[in-house]
Amino acid sequence: MAGTPRSRGTSRRWRRWSGTLFVLPAVALLAVFLVYPIFSTIRLSLDTGIFLQLRKFVGLDNFVNLFTKDRLFFNIGPTGISGVLVNNVLWLVLYTGGCVGLGLLIAALADRVRYETAVKTIVFVPQAIAATAAGLIWLLIYAPNPDIGLLNAGLKALGSGPIGFLGNASIVTYALIVAAIWTGTGLAVVILSAAIKSVPAELVEAATIDGASAFQAFRSIVLPMISGPLTVVTVTLAIAAIKTFDLVFVMTRGGPNGSSGVIGYTYYNETFEQGRGGYGAAAAVVMLIVVIPIILLNIRRFRASETAR
Amino acid sequence: MTTAHARRTWMPSLGRLPLHATLVIVMLVWIIPSLSVVVTSLRPPTDIASTGWWTFFTNPRLTLDNYSTVISQLGFARAIFNSFAIAVPSTVFPIALAAFAAYGFAWLRFPGRNALFLAVVALMVVPIQAAFVPSLQIFKSLGIGSSFLAIWIAHTTFALPFATFLLRSFMVQLPPELLESAQIDGASNFRVFRSIILPLSRPAIASLAVLQFLWVWNDLLMALIFIQRDDMYPLTNATARLLSTYAQQFNYLSASAVLLMIVPVVVFVALQGQFVRGIVAGSVK
Repeated sequence: MAGTPRSRGTSRRWRRWSGTLFVLPAVALLAVFLVYPIFSTIRLSLDTGIFLQLRKFVGLDNFVNLFTKDRLFFNIGPTGISGVLVNNVLWLVLYTGGCVGLGLLIAALADRVRYETAVKTIVFVPQAIAATAAGLIWLLIYAPNPDIGLLNAGLKALGSGPIGFLGNASIVTYALIVAAIWTGTGLAVVILSAAIKSVPAELVEAATIDGASAFQAFRSIVLPMISGPLTVVTVTLAIAAIKTFDLVFVMTRGGPNGSSGVIGYTYYNETFEQGRGGYGAAAAVVMLIVVIPIILLNIRRFRASETAR
Repeated sequence: MTTAHARRTWMPSLGRLPLHATLVIVMLVWIIPSLSVVVTSLRPPTDIASTGWWTFFTNPRLTLDNYSTVISQLGFARAIFNSFAIAVPSTVFPIALAAFAAYGFAWLRFPGRNALFLAVVALMVVPIQAAFVPSLQIFKSLGIGSSFLAIWIAHTTFALPFATFLLRSFMVQLPPELLESAQIDGASNFRVFRSIILPLSRPAIASLAVLQFLWVWNDLLMALIFIQRDDMYPLTNATARLLSTYAQQFNYLSASAVLLMIVPVVVFVALQGQFVRGIVAGSVK
């Protein structure tokens, strides 16, 4: 068939279009079950939306309510600001910062010992298990009964009363974030460790011979050279912080009294438990808007890497 | 971990004791929580309620009762089966479709290619919550709302952007000479894909398979939304449900948590190489 000139022409045209055929199944699924639904959710967020159905167009009312009327979502009270939005900012800063900081520290320290693989494996295992399992693990650690919860057993041994880590509105979010850092640090360790190893040892040695302290050498030579992977880890964990749901669902269901809610939980709770589809969709759209800068960053980084190639 | 690395000298040389002490503390902090749940799951319920799990070390009494109750009476045998029934197809489908698409995006020219791929990159970090309700409605109108097909399609779709991106990054780096010579020999695109691209991409596919399998196995959110029937709940759902029934009864809860953890830990330990390579590739590139 490829022998005659005519069929060679068809085959070239076919070759040109066969590329489309290769991407078609994936693109079709994405169009039907991801892109169309996103627009449909945006539409639903402008509606009262009872359960999953459109009812009455209300413009931006859901968003206005989220930010000005829903005290659990965002509240400016006499003692300061609180609510889901504040919690998500705490997650963003403390979870991302905690995982990256600890990850950097552990990767740098482990790089200097023979049992490095053991350290990295142990820190990484919680990253491999389900957040649901991690949630149960930390429910056990935080248990208020000092005969069950390790932390309260420790406090008791020190002569201090039990603390309801998850029952106290002012500490519950921090307690959740600590559990999340325990699961997320492994990711940072693995990526940053690989990055640190790619820094030529001679550069670091040269600096220390020139009299730089080990810490100075790390800060002025290693850190700048791993800035790429560092950014990637930070962005990945930041996205996880914005989308966080499982731990909150398993450990507190947003409680006590809605004090540990996050946007992902608001979305789930409003849409599927309260049956307020429009309001829940508005929460999803807020998440979408928050990640738009990251989407733009990804596209820019991709374009840069393509031209570099 | 070559000796060259071990000899690196950017830490203070005031003796290596603080270094080892810090790392030992790190390891303990990361082991103890998991250990606590494993030990608790093996203790008799009366012991769990009356003494801390750490007394196990001085007074070891073991039982598998918690496991047998959870598995045979609380529906976890079914849940284990369901987890596999959800995770295996939800790993195979997206990787197959992503491999086709990645080859198209990496090596074939067709109208709109770059724009489409930029869209794929953009979709990578979109919160999937923004797609749940409408896809749920599509599944219902197709009459597959209460079958595994719904969650397979959902997992497949939501995995496609990252999977396509990762595989394309890998395929783009394959030597063009290989493909060109095959094309000159008159091989069709499909044959080039099957006999050159796929075999060479095996490492990337393996990494992706491990990541995706664990992602689906560990998923709670999508299971809560796309699984409508009790007898189809995977382990994550079954565990979360157990929690609302037996809030502080750690005998059942810890056994269910361990059941949920076993497969990921085994997969991770057995396939650590692929796992880490996938994560590093997905991030560094």
